[in-house]
Amino acid sequence: MTVVTAIDVSGLTKSFGGRKVVDDVALKVAEGEIAGFLGPNGSGKTTCIRMICGLLTPDAGSGTVLGLDVRRDQRAIRRQVGYMTQRFSFYEDLSIEENLGFVAGLYGLPRQAVRDTLEDLGLTARRAQLAGSLSGGWKQRLALAACIMHQPRLLLLDEPTAGVDPKARRQFWDEIHARALSGMTVLVSTHYMDEAERCHRINYIAYGRLVVSGTVAKVIAGAGLITMTVQSPRPGALAERLRKAPGVGQVEPFGTSLHVTGPDRARLEAALAAEGVSGQPVETSLEDVFIRLMDQSQDNMQ
Amino acid sequence: MSLSLTRLWAILRKEFIQMRRDRVTFAMMLGVPIMQLLLFGYAINSDPRHMPTALIAPVQDQFSRSLVAALENSGYYRITHPDAQPSEAERLIAQGKVSFVVTVPADFGQRLLRGERAQVLVEADGSDPTATSGAIAALGGIAESAFRRDLAVPEAAGPEIVVHRRYNPEGITHYNIVPGLLGVILQMTMVMMTAMALTREIERGTMENLLAMPATAAEIMLGKIAPFLGVGAVQVLVILGVAWALFDVPFMGLPALLLAGVMVFVLALVLLGYLISTVARTQMQAMQIAIFVFLPSILLSGFMFPFRGMPGWAQMLGELLPVTHLLRLVRGIMLKGAGLPDVLAQFGALSVMVVVLGALALLRFRRTLD
Repeated sequence: MTVVTAIDVSGLTKSFGGRKVVDDVALKVAEGEIAGFLGPNGSGKTTCIRMICGLLTPDAGSGTVLGLDVRRDQRAIRRQVGYMTQRFSFYEDLSIEENLGFVAGLYGLPRQAVRDTLEDLGLTARRAQLAGSLSGGWKQRLALAACIMHQPRLLLLDEPTAGVDPKARRQFWDEIHARALSGMTVLVSTHYMDEAERCHRINYIAYGRLVVSGTVAKVIAGAGLITMTVQSPRPGALAERLRKAPGVGQVEPFGTSLHVTGPDRARLEAALAAEGVSGQPVETSLEDVFIRLMDQSQDNMQ
Repeated sequence: MSLSLTRLWAILRKEFIQMRRDRVTFAMMLGVPIMQLLLFGYAINSDPRHMPTALIAPVQDQFSRSLVAALENSGYYRITHPDAQPSEAERLIAQGKVSFVVTVPADFGQRLLRGERAQVLVEADGSDPTATSGAIAALGGIAESAFRRDLAVPEAAGPEIVVHRRYNPEGITHYNIVPGLLGVILQMTMVMMTAMALTREIERGTMENLLAMPATAAEIMLGKIAPFLGVGAVQVLVILGVAWALFDVPFMGLPALLLAGVMVFVLALVLLGYLISTVARTQMQAMQIAIFVFLPSILLSGFMFPFRGMPGWAQMLGELLPVTHLLRLVRGIMLKGAGLPDVLAQFGALSVMVVVLGALALLRFRRTLD
């Protein structure tokens, strides 16, 4: 047992009220890896995460989480997993320290664990403050503190940085990377592209299906997209025309320039030439890839 | 200040849409009043009839028989124990199995024929004065109809009916109401508070987190109801203290027995509340269900209206309510000085409820979000 797969599930399926929310999803996350979980709203990310941590029972599918059966060993899985919910779910009428004390009690941790965690995450000075009076960034720190206090082997984060300012986000990610270095596996769902790029591997899910997974570079390369940047004095009008041109996928304004993306280089250049402009090739962004993936899977659904 | 019909209409429409979406509230608004009107309308009767009566008549002659016939014909009395011994009758009335004990002395017939003063003793369970008042008031007419016409009884010397209101000789209603209030107040506060236990977690979004952590259904249940047991214990002491100090309610039985009984009742209540919170999805719904349970608890339990006045089906419903058994237990111990053997049935019923409610709550509790 040298390399254990922290998450190895396949065929995960879950329906709510006759609607398939998660459909035949297979997910592999190696131990110590930070895996990004991306996809549009309502694509089934939260449902997947809940199935992995034992909060939902899959309709179909099987696999292991930390070597434990995802269907049978839900209780044992809960003990070794830290799950940070999308919505802040600690007690607003309890102080930071009281919230952590409650969690410590549930996991059977000594009081020292609370003090250590407070210190670790820089919460000591605010420990007496009520959770309800904390700003978004501090709430998120408290939530993170509470779900890593019992030293879980697997950390599941469901859109942890929504509504958090950039500095707090950066600190948060530094924390996540530090934990990964010490061997914790992390599965994090996010809508932020810069966060996706901080992950070792990303998994893209749309309409309940896993569409692509791999390293950021591999996902971008695999999409086979060409992106050109075009300067224009009136980028708005140009963008309108380019969007209708054949061979052009997405046109995104970046200040006074446009990022024009398409699957075929020759047709893209032809479209630009037809408008009397020329473009400089630039790297395709992850966002462009995702928007294309989203459009494609939408087409597949119809 | 202007009233815009468009704006008013927009608000009205939104309210109606929301009302329609909240099915439970909607059902509560329409179904519950009708149901309760029918239920309570048919069930409640403040002038109960056919009340169980024990008869002590060492000599069963024509005179005692015609007295019994007159009692039963009045509609108020039903002789359930026609040949009771005094000690047996004493036990029956203490346990509340009969509401009346009628004693016809052995020489009753002889005295009547001789034109001497003949007495019949009617002992009434005065712990609920309203329940027995109608039957007592009817006694005068009963004596008249029993002997004046058919028998050759001298005019002047009609039988005298002596009435003893046991346990509450003056018929003071708050002797009955105050112990009853103990049950009703506890029912209201305990069930409502615990009915919020889980719905509050769901509404505040903390449930998902609680479930993601390693706590079992039993741990969550016990942890959530235990504080309310403490609150309940304090309430019990306060209410009993007030009953004793301000209302002069007699305190006949063992305080420890009373407290033990009331605490079993409180346990049943917090479990009932917790069960409600596993069913309700919002705090509002939990509130409504708690009130829904509360109404029959005051109307069908024997608190407000005599239990014996209700038809059989309503009495059966009443037997399912914890308050019904508590009322019997508290009145028995406080007013009649009942001991453990007398209230064993009530202890048993409340304990069964504790077990059933606890088991149901654990079964209802979902350890996952499915």
